[in-house]
Amino acid sequence: MAVPAVATAPPLLELRDVHVYLGQSHVLQGVSFAVPEGGVTALLGRNGVGKTTTLRAVLGLTGRSGVIRYDGEEITSTPTHKIIRRSIGYVPEDRDVFAGLTVTENLRLAERDAEPRYDLVYDLFPELKTRGEQRAGTLSGGQQQMLAIGRALLNDNRLLLVDEPTKGLAPLLVTEVARTLERVAELHTVLLVEQNLGVVRALAGDAIVLDQGLVVHTSAARTLLADRDLVHRLLGVSGGSH
Amino acid sequence: MSTFVVLTVTGLGLGAMYFLIASGLSLIYGLMGVLNFAHGFFLTVGAYGTWWMESHLGGIGNISIRYLVSALIGMAIGGLVAALVELVLIRPLYQRHIEQVLVTVGLSLAATALVSAIWGGDERPFVTPAWMTDTTTIFGARIPNDRFLEIGVAIVVLLGLELFLRRTRYGLIIRAGAENRAMVTALGIDVRKAFTLVFAIGGVAAAVGGALSNVYFGQVVPDRGTSLLIFAFIVVVIGGLGSITGSAMAAVVVGVSQQYMNYYPQASWHIGNWGLGDISVVLLLGLVLLIRPRGLSGSLA
Repeated sequence: MAVPAVATAPPLLELRDVHVYLGQSHVLQGVSFAVPEGGVTALLGRNGVGKTTTLRAVLGLTGRSGVIRYDGEEITSTPTHKIIRRSIGYVPEDRDVFAGLTVTENLRLAERDAEPRYDLVYDLFPELKTRGEQRAGTLSGGQQQMLAIGRALLNDNRLLLVDEPTKGLAPLLVTEVARTLERVAELHTVLLVEQNLGVVRALAGDAIVLDQGLVVHTSAARTLLADRDLVHRLLGVSGGSH
Repeated sequence: MSTFVVLTVTGLGLGAMYFLIASGLSLIYGLMGVLNFAHGFFLTVGAYGTWWMESHLGGIGNISIRYLVSALIGMAIGGLVAALVELVLIRPLYQRHIEQVLVTVGLSLAATALVSAIWGGDERPFVTPAWMTDTTTIFGARIPNDRFLEIGVAIVVLLGLELFLRRTRYGLIIRAGAENRAMVTALGIDVRKAFTLVFAIGGVAAAVGGALSNVYFGQVVPDRGTSLLIFAFIVVVIGGLGSITGSAMAAVVVGVSQQYMNYYPQASWHIGNWGLGDISVVLLLGLVLLIRPRGLSGSLA
């Protein structure tokens, strides 16, 4: 199967014919795409088309078949912790901060590099420093999102998988998270799952659209978002709404 | 008054042993979701390891030192056996909970039979240092000194475990893993190492309980681990699954109430030995499950 590439440079991440079954459900039905090094690639689609499952499949958090290559090497049979140690950061959909641990303990747990980048994290999110001794479970949704992103930024990752970072956040916080991701994208390659097309427009260079477990569209993000009919057909929303 | 003091301290001594088994059970369930029915086997390993070493360390004249050295070796064997059980039997069965229960129940039965086959099914007397069987008088009650040892060791283990969980990176991993194992892995941490470590720690704690049970009961028997395991499970449920402090509180409540109920109704109403101590523990379990289903350390129903 041909891989729809969104760039000509050697991809940092490449999926070929990836299938995932969750129980009886065939969630990913042969997903293939490539993520170039540098910038933000948006993974888009309606609810339930397999975006989160795709990120989990890359990390081996769910059983999958097919071929997944990262930095030229196949990682399909590599255990999750070893994939992550190859400089990948993950910001999960529901933040998944450890509620019973303090903010500082959550960050300490994420330390992998010899010199974790606390300066960068505290510069982006000063609240994480002032609330260091607070239990993560008592933080607001926005603060938990900052912690989840901060955790991924603590190490010098080459690739960040960021799953719906603005989900459930107030509009002001959405702008703040988008601004932060813009800074993050200057340092890392980001594969971003996002429903907010305003954020996608502001951040993403390339766009990949999933539908019913398959890639149905790849292009530059601007090209996709400029076509209101296409956006409506593929994503079920108005492209000019944000 | 003196009877009350004796019953209380004896109950605390018994609770100390329950705690030593329950702490490992609770940690293992909290992190891995494994109900380890073979955990009593680790206590038996510690008990027999201590007993066997003590009878073979003829070169050490001082019985107290001989007991200490034997107990340390028994603890090491207990931890090693527990780690091996995790690596060989539990690891291939992650997420397969029914099979885990079957394999740990099978191991428990097989291990008890194996110990009986090697050393016989009868009680073997345990040589105890004299100062442990001597008594100390408190409020007119003569308390065997070993009770203080058991309580003291349990407190040290409790503090040690809490320090380990709060102050070390592996403690952090275990606490986080108990909340969300997949996310710990997604931070690049090999959580399987923590699984083995938790089993080893649980095995050492249970083996300490085994070494102390030799002194408490004055003998070793092959089914000591399995008989104490039942109460340890009750302690874990009452205390709250995954909570070490909860297990400690529950162990005290269970051990002490068991002693009271074994004595007072019999003495007051001149009835026979109806096993009211054990019955009261089961009733206590039912009561706690009704009022606080998540245990003493959990939230209200």
